[in-house]
Amino acid sequence: MDFKLTEEQQMAQQMVREFAQREVAPVIKESDRQGGMAAFVLPRMAELGILGICLPLRYGGQGMDYISLGLACEELEAVDSTLRVVLSVHIGLNSLGLLQWANEEQKQRLLKPQARGEKIACFGLTESGAGSDVAAIQSSARCQGDEYILNGEKMWISLATKAHHCLWIARTDPSAADPHEGLSAFLVDLEQKGVTRGDLHGKLGMRAGSTGWIALQDVTVPLQNRIGEEGEGFKIAMACLDNGRYTVAAGATGLIRACLEASTTYAKSRRAFGREISWFQLVQQKIANMVQFYDAARLLYLRAGWLKNQGVRNTRETSLAKWFATDASFQAAAEAVQIHGAYGYSDEYDVERYLRNAKGGVIYEGTSEIHQLMQAGYALGYRVDAPLRCELPPYDSEFWQAEI
Amino acid sequence: MNIAVCVKQVPDSAAKVVAEDDRVSWGDAPLVLNPWDEYAVEAALQLQEAAGGEVTAVSVGGESAKEALKTALAMGCTQAILVSDPALAAADSQAIAHVLCAAIQKIGGVEAACFGRQAIDGDMGVTGAQTAHLLGWLMLGLVSKIEFKDGKLQVERSFEEGIQIAECPLPAALSVSKDIGEPRYPSFMGIRKAARAEIPTWDLAALGIEAPASVVRWPRISNPPVREIKTEMIEGGSPQEIAEKLVERILEEKVL
Amino acid sequence: MNGKILVYIDQFKGEALPVSWEALGAAGMLGAPAGGSVSVLVLGAESRRVAEQAFQFGIQQAYYCDDATLDDYRPDPYAAVVTAAARAGAYDVLLFPTTVRGREQAALSAVELGGGVMPDVTALEVSDGRLVATRPVYAGKLLAEVVCDAAPVVITTRVRAFKKPSADPALKGEPVRVEAAVPEGDIRIKVTGYRQAEAGVSLTDANVVVAGGRGVANNPALSPPAGLDEKAAEIWRGEQGFKLIDELAAVLGAAVGASRAAVDAGYIPYEHQVGQTGKIVSPDLYIALGISGAIQHQAGMRSSKVIVAINKDPDAPIFKLARFGVVGDIYQIVPPLTEEFRKRLEK
Repeated sequence: MDFKLTEEQQMAQQMVREFAQREVAPVIKESDRQGGMAAFVLPRMAELGILGICLPLRYGGQGMDYISLGLACEELEAVDSTLRVVLSVHIGLNSLGLLQWANEEQKQRLLKPQARGEKIACFGLTESGAGSDVAAIQSSARCQGDEYILNGEKMWISLATKAHHCLWIARTDPSAADPHEGLSAFLVDLEQKGVTRGDLHGKLGMRAGSTGWIALQDVTVPLQNRIGEEGEGFKIAMACLDNGRYTVAAGATGLIRACLEASTTYAKSRRAFGREISWFQLVQQKIANMVQFYDAARLLYLRAGWLKNQGVRNTRETSLAKWFATDASFQAAAEAVQIHGAYGYSDEYDVERYLRNAKGGVIYEGTSEIHQLMQAGYALGYRVDAPLRCELPPYDSEFWQAEI
Repeated sequence: MNIAVCVKQVPDSAAKVVAEDDRVSWGDAPLVLNPWDEYAVEAALQLQEAAGGEVTAVSVGGESAKEALKTALAMGCTQAILVSDPALAAADSQAIAHVLCAAIQKIGGVEAACFGRQAIDGDMGVTGAQTAHLLGWLMLGLVSKIEFKDGKLQVERSFEEGIQIAECPLPAALSVSKDIGEPRYPSFMGIRKAARAEIPTWDLAALGIEAPASVVRWPRISNPPVREIKTEMIEGGSPQEIAEKLVERILEEKVL
Repeated sequence: MNGKILVYIDQFKGEALPVSWEALGAAGMLGAPAGGSVSVLVLGAESRRVAEQAFQFGIQQAYYCDDATLDDYRPDPYAAVVTAAARAGAYDVLLFPTTVRGREQAALSAVELGGGVMPDVTALEVSDGRLVATRPVYAGKLLAEVVCDAAPVVITTRVRAFKKPSADPALKGEPVRVEAAVPEGDIRIKVTGYRQAEAGVSLTDANVVVAGGRGVANNPALSPPAGLDEKAAEIWRGEQGFKLIDELAAVLGAAVGASRAAVDAGYIPYEHQVGQTGKIVSPDLYIALGISGAIQHQAGMRSSKVIVAINKDPDAPIFKLARFGVVGDIYQIVPPLTEEFRKRLEK
């Protein structure tokens, strides 16, 4: 067993860190205050190749592996959760879904511009009445000749107003005996007639990002933009979540690290009762907890990334990593605020933002409760992952890096 | 046009550097590509974009300096060469200049050499000019902007009074200031190339030179005397009161 | 050492850069005790005037060259005159001021003459007949004693490290013109123009520096004009902060400095950056406003005589260096501070 990252992975991580720390960190407070993503962020991430980091060169990507994607997420969320969200939706929930399920023609036509960062991608699963209960989806897609007519509204969609593409889950068969089997997936071009969308405000956290709604009214989608077979929508959505949750787990790990770094720095400089507060054992305990959280979360997400590289199904391991890391990041942020005392409660320091952002992670992409049910299900034998028609391809450096 | 960029590996700028028994210690701080040399790499790559050719990163140092060279490769340099020889352990800037001169000649076909303004360890800032002199090339120090037009370099140089705009034919050496532009990040493509690169090591025999004489020595390195600073915190009921007290105390120091 | 010293006086349009006279001060310390002599060399347009001025500092000889080929500074023709003069006078020490030209000429003459170069020196002493120089290294985190085993010893003196010698206007002399060594036709660099640097007091020469950090952008009372994106709004906030700093600097006749954070954030151009990858300053008074004092910033200003820090964060590392500290909002403290200085200094 080799726990060492390769030189490539380390350098990729370092590069993403420099971008996040040098370019975004200085303006993140202002973005959070104003409630939106700074205009330069997405174009710059595209220019640097971050938006296609783990996709094959032949599909417009940068040819790195799935672990590099995780490391990038860790670095991005160490500055702000909303930066990591970009990779969660653009790559995790959408582009990797295309890599897994789309046919070759679709990969060339739809995935390539996404991997190059020319088209920003988002993921439309959740509706106002369908969150954890995916089978309750109301959005509809009606086949009419060689196209589908889509209607419906998605809520809590990250990058709703920034994206050009949305991987949209809609009901194609209202009469299916099992409602899960009546769903299908479509890659919807959002720049067309019948699409309306907007941002949601008043969120507790994730304020420097874009979260919104998208409504489709009689939007036509060509047959060639249906991803997978009709009726495979639920399976595709769940497979996408295996990838999205991986990025959330890795990102939350970065958030824990940010809490730990902020806390050690502050504890070593802040004095009370005649010495630095880092010498007090109750402060040390909080720091020790964060170290434990960080190492455990990191090992869990790297294991999931390794399984993805190997092409081994990892729904269970990814769910565990996501559940643990997001819960731990919320606790770490709460402890970090506590260590900072009254200063931590104000936006003078970053830790209050960490706390507000961390709460999101335990809700989206499967609430902690869902993950607990999943883990219990696996342990009790009630839940077994059946093989998929299309599995996420294992990382093959030759295939990924061949220049075609 | 082939370009050489001469780089050095140094302790990270955030390192806590201390002297112990006339030796320099930087604890477990990482060794990195000298920050000023990142700008030199940027300048070399800008020149390459304008004029074509290859960019070769050269460093004189120990085996670990390959890490700094890998950063240069990841940023986009075509190739990298390490010059390493036990005889260079105590080399001064002039000896290094002789070695770089020989290395640049051995690479062959090089018409421009880029340097950072200085290394953040020795803070000498003379190696570029000395290498240029030994090569018999023109030296353009502290270049803040560079263009390549009609086979000539057009540069802006920073002086105390302002900017001088000049042009000169090749070959030439230049050292660059920060105004050349923020160094680009490594690309993923460059990262893969760097990770896989086998960086050749040349010793003095490979360069065909004897160990050049070093005449400048550093017999003693010490920690600067600790300045006893008693910080006096100025407090007051209002900003006005604080301002009055602070001005009074500063005037008493007789520094104005 | 024979005590024969040549000092290169760096000048622009007939005005010596102040550090040039400081180099002369360093030379005086070395030359006289060794029974030697101090000569100066001034190059470029109007160099005769500067050479004449040099006599009032008690030098033995002044050489100048105002040949047209030296009107614009170009390294090679300058170096040719410097090395020819150094050879002719058989000096064993060449002193240059640490300026862009000074450092470059020191490097070139050392390698041409087979000597050794010790740039940016802050102290000099003669010990057992040998010159020992002290140089800050690692951005001043350490001090190195440096010796040179070959002649000539080539040194550049750091700005504000040596005292300018006292002038006696009664001392006069006749400068000697030396010839240029490279005809225009053989000079390959052509200077095509100049651009003025931003006006203001030179950071490295200043007696007083007022510097701002990222903290200057944190004025909650200001809201940026509508229509700016986050980056532009942040820069706008920073620029408002530096207006405060400019006002205080104007009252004190001070240069304006900045932390890297403020420069990187785009509040102020790079030429104002103080620190490891900016300028190294050692003024008599350094006022740090909204600067936390990262180790890289400290590297550029820690040798300042009196440091004053105003910062909202009582734990900011800058306070450890400060003679006087104020925990508070610069937006509240600085305006009355500026007013108070204005009142007191006008008296």
